[in-house]
Parts: sequence; structure tokens; C-alpha cells
Amino acid sequence: MSRLRNVRNWLDERFGWEDLIAPLRKKTVPLHRLSYWYFLGGITLFLFVVQVLTGILLLLYYRPGANEAFESVQYIMTQVRFGWLIRSIHSWSANLMIFTAFAHMFSVLFLKAYRKPRELTWVSGVILLFLVMGFGFSGYLLPWNTLAFFATKVGTEITGQVPIIGKPLMIFLRGGEDVTGATLTRFFGFHVAVLPGLATALILVHLLLVQRLGISVPPKLEVEWTANPSAKREMKFFPNFMLREMMAWYVALGVLGLLAAVFPWNLGVKADPFVSAPAGIKPEWYFLFMFQTLKLIPPKLWFIDGEVLGVLAFGAIALLWLLLPFLESNNTSRTKRWITGAAVFALAYMAGMTIYGHFAQ
Amino acid sequence: MISPGDRLSPPLPRRRFVEVLLGGGFLATVVAFVYPVLQYLIPPKEADLGSDSVVAGRTGELKPNSGKIFRFGNRPGILIRTSSGEYRAMSAICTHLSCTVQYRDDMQHVWCACHNGHYDLNGKNIAGPPPRPLELFEAQVRGDEIFVRRRRET
Ligand code: FES
Repeated sequence: MSRLRNVRNWLDERFGWEDLIAPLRKKTVPLHRLSYWYFLGGITLFLFVVQVLTGILLLLYYRPGANEAFESVQYIMTQVRFGWLIRSIHSWSANLMIFTAFAHMFSVLFLKAYRKPRELTWVSGVILLFLVMGFGFSGYLLPWNTLAFFATKVGTEITGQVPIIGKPLMIFLRGGEDVTGATLTRFFGFHVAVLPGLATALILVHLLLVQRLGISVPPKLEVEWTANPSAKREMKFFPNFMLREMMAWYVALGVLGLLAAVFPWNLGVKADPFVSAPAGIKPEWYFLFMFQTLKLIPPKLWFIDGEVLGVLAFGAIALLWLLLPFLESNNTSRTKRWITGAAVFALAYMAGMTIYGHFAQ
Repeated sequence: MISPGDRLSPPLPRRRFVEVLLGGGFLATVVAFVYPVLQYLIPPKEADLGSDSVVAGRTGELKPNSGKIFRFGNRPGILIRTSSGEYRAMSAICTHLSCTVQYRDDMQHVWCACHNGHYDLNGKNIAGPPPRPLELFEAQVRGDEIFVRRRRET
């Protein structure tokens, strides 16, 4: 024990260690019956770390390129010891991370944690969510199997529907007119360099903001607590909440290991641009609600293409979502209810459309 | 009274000049970096391996009421032999979101699996989301080879 203290003292003298973690020691987490929702952000972060670590491991054997990508993933899964496990964890963790990121966002929405002064935390969080979906989209293509090939074709083509900037954007994404090996190389670059860099920077900003602003309390409780300060209950972040958080991570790791081991991710059939698309092409579940919506819009509405309209609508909604805290005018309970209503609707819509899309042929 | 601001006023134009010069220089530097990077990001145009005519298959390869995908340059095309034995060729890229179509012998027409799009044997979009017909090619039997070529614009 004294050894440890020696190391700590040594570090402290050279690094001002105590000063550095002082804010963490001061930080508190409000305690109430909804406190459990505070875990979601941390779990998402944990899964991100898992992604970085397993991603680096996969990089040791993965080769981008139309002629070797599929084979290299196959090699990882059949030859490399525990390769199947690492890849399976990477895939499962990606899906869980997207799920927890969405859950985190909705919990923030319902607990109204985006209100002043936390607007920027919300904005950085929503951009992170978009990045996470970008990770999903770019990573999906990398094994270069048939499903991924056509999903990418359709996905980038949808981007191409956007008026004016769509076509150049699509060519930029694809690295040419069609989805080819060039697309794979690009997506690989996005997936392992561009997106991780952006995401890491934004995560730091996000955490810094959370650290600076403290943790939000639901409005009702806030009113109660300011009226009656003795009712206020909180917990030290460090080490108390941190330990609980780590328990949650441990559980997440357990779930992850279980899913990865019991339901290993399969690889499918190698993509061939000169083979017809197989029946039942569907995007990953987190894009399904958009996909299904686009499918339901009639091909021609008045004089514009239905697709174009759908894509523009989603773009507009994404922008509004990003700016949501700024749409809430000062504390009139009307707008508050309006935003909660929108959130409930969005959640119901996404869940409904996802289930519908899953069962629709 | 002379305020400090007044005293500064004579050299101000010179100061502006330096500012503009510095600012302009900085801007030019940024442009000089950004422009090549942006250009770099745009993939070079692939030379469309301009095949106007390819051998899509051989007679006897396809039985009536079937189809196959062939390479037309770097794009897929589809060659169909109708139940009456005629050959038809068209682009295999669905006009909806560019999946590769296939021939369905049970429906006797062209089908896209991605979003259930249907085309008839002239490439006309008859059901589902596709907004435009498939580009129809010319198929010709010469000896035992089936030549496919792009139609001349009329
Ligand atoms: S891509 Fe063919 S129907 Fe959508």
C-alpha cells in the first residue's frame, strides 16, 4: 500500500496529479429514482473503447481491397486464433453501442438534460450519434460481402438523390461512379482514421462539457430541490459513482461476451458486382426506419421524386434535432410539452417502423 | 485635448495596409492548401472502357425463358432469352437505387430484389419503385455468338 502511495506522491510532485483529479473529486451525481439513466452515456463510452481495441486487433489481419477484403475476414474467422471472437465482439459491440447511444439520447431528451446551459453538450452528442452511424455504415462494407455491397450501393445512391450536392457527394463517397474496390478503400479510410479522429475529439469535448456543467437534474426535481435544499441527495462521482459505473461496464462486457460467443457474426457470400442482388436486401436495423419510410413514400409526389422528398425531410429533421435545445423558448411549459411530445412520437415512430421494416418483405 | 486615438490616426492607413497584406497572404496560403486537397478528394474519371459492343454469350448457353448477367464495360448488363427464343439485352442496373436486376422465369420478366421493382422485356418499368425504364441494348446473333451493343441515339 505504501508503495502505491509512493508512486502517487512521485507522480503528484512531477505532474500535479491531485490538481488534475480534484474536479473529479468535487463532482457529484444527483440521486433520485431516475438515476439509472445516467449510466447509459458511460456504457456507450465503454463500448466505444471496446470498438477501438478490437478494431486495432482486426487491423492486424484485415486487408482492404476488393480482391482480398473478404478473404482476409475469412482468414481472421477461420485461421487466426480467436479471430472469430474478436470480429464477433467488434460487430456486436458496434450494434450495442448504437443502441445505447440512441437510448442515451432519448433519456437526455426525456430528462430534459439538454436545457440551458447544456445546449452544446446536446449538439456535440447528436453529432457523435451521427458519427456513430457513420461508423456503422462504413464498417458494414468492409467484409465485402454481397449484402454489404448492395446495402452500400443503395445507401450511397440515396445520398445521390439530394439535389445539387448529392451527385458529387455520392461520387466522393464511392470514389467513382460505382461501388467498387475504390469505395472499399475509402470506407476503410473513413472507418479507421477519419471517423475515429473526429469521434475522439468530440468525445473529449462532450466529456469536458459534462465535467464543467455538472450533471443535470430533471426539472421537477430541480424545482423541489431548490425549494427545499435539505431534500437534495447526491453521490460523489469519484469513487462512488465511478465504481457503480464500472459494475455496469462489467455487466455490459458480460452481455457482449455472451452474445459474441453464442451468436457469432457470420460473413455471408463474397460480393460480386456482376451478380444480381439477392432477395430480401435490408440495411442494418438502425437504418431500417429510414429505409422503410422511403419505401412507403410514393415514387412521384406532385412533381418531385418521392425519394428526394424523403431524403430532404430526413435531412431537415436531423438538423432540427441537432438544434433542439435552441427551439425551446424560455420555460413556457407549452414548448416543453411540445418537445416531449415530439420525442415520444419520434421514439414510437422509429420503433414502429423498425419492427414493420423487419417483417415487411 | 488630444486623445490617444487621434495620435494613432496618421499611421493607420499604413497599418491597414499591413493587415490586408498579412490577411491576404494568410488567405492565399489557406486556399493554396485547401484547393489541392479538395481536388485530391475527387476521384479521377474512370475511362469508360468504351466498349460499345461486347459478346454477351453464346447461343445454346441460354435456354428459352432464362437470363444471365454479362459485363458491358465495367457495368452489368442482362441478356434474356424469351420463351419464344428471342434474345433481349438491357442494362442490369436498376433505375431506382442501382441494385443489379435479375430475370424471373416464373414471372417472365425482369425483377429487382432490392425493393421489388419490375420491368417488362422491353426494359419498361411496370411496377414497384423504379422511376425510369432500363436502357435497352441491341442484341444480335452472329454465328454462335450473341453481340450486344448500345443503341445509336436517334
Ligand atoms: S434498387 Fe431496384 S427496386 Fe430499388
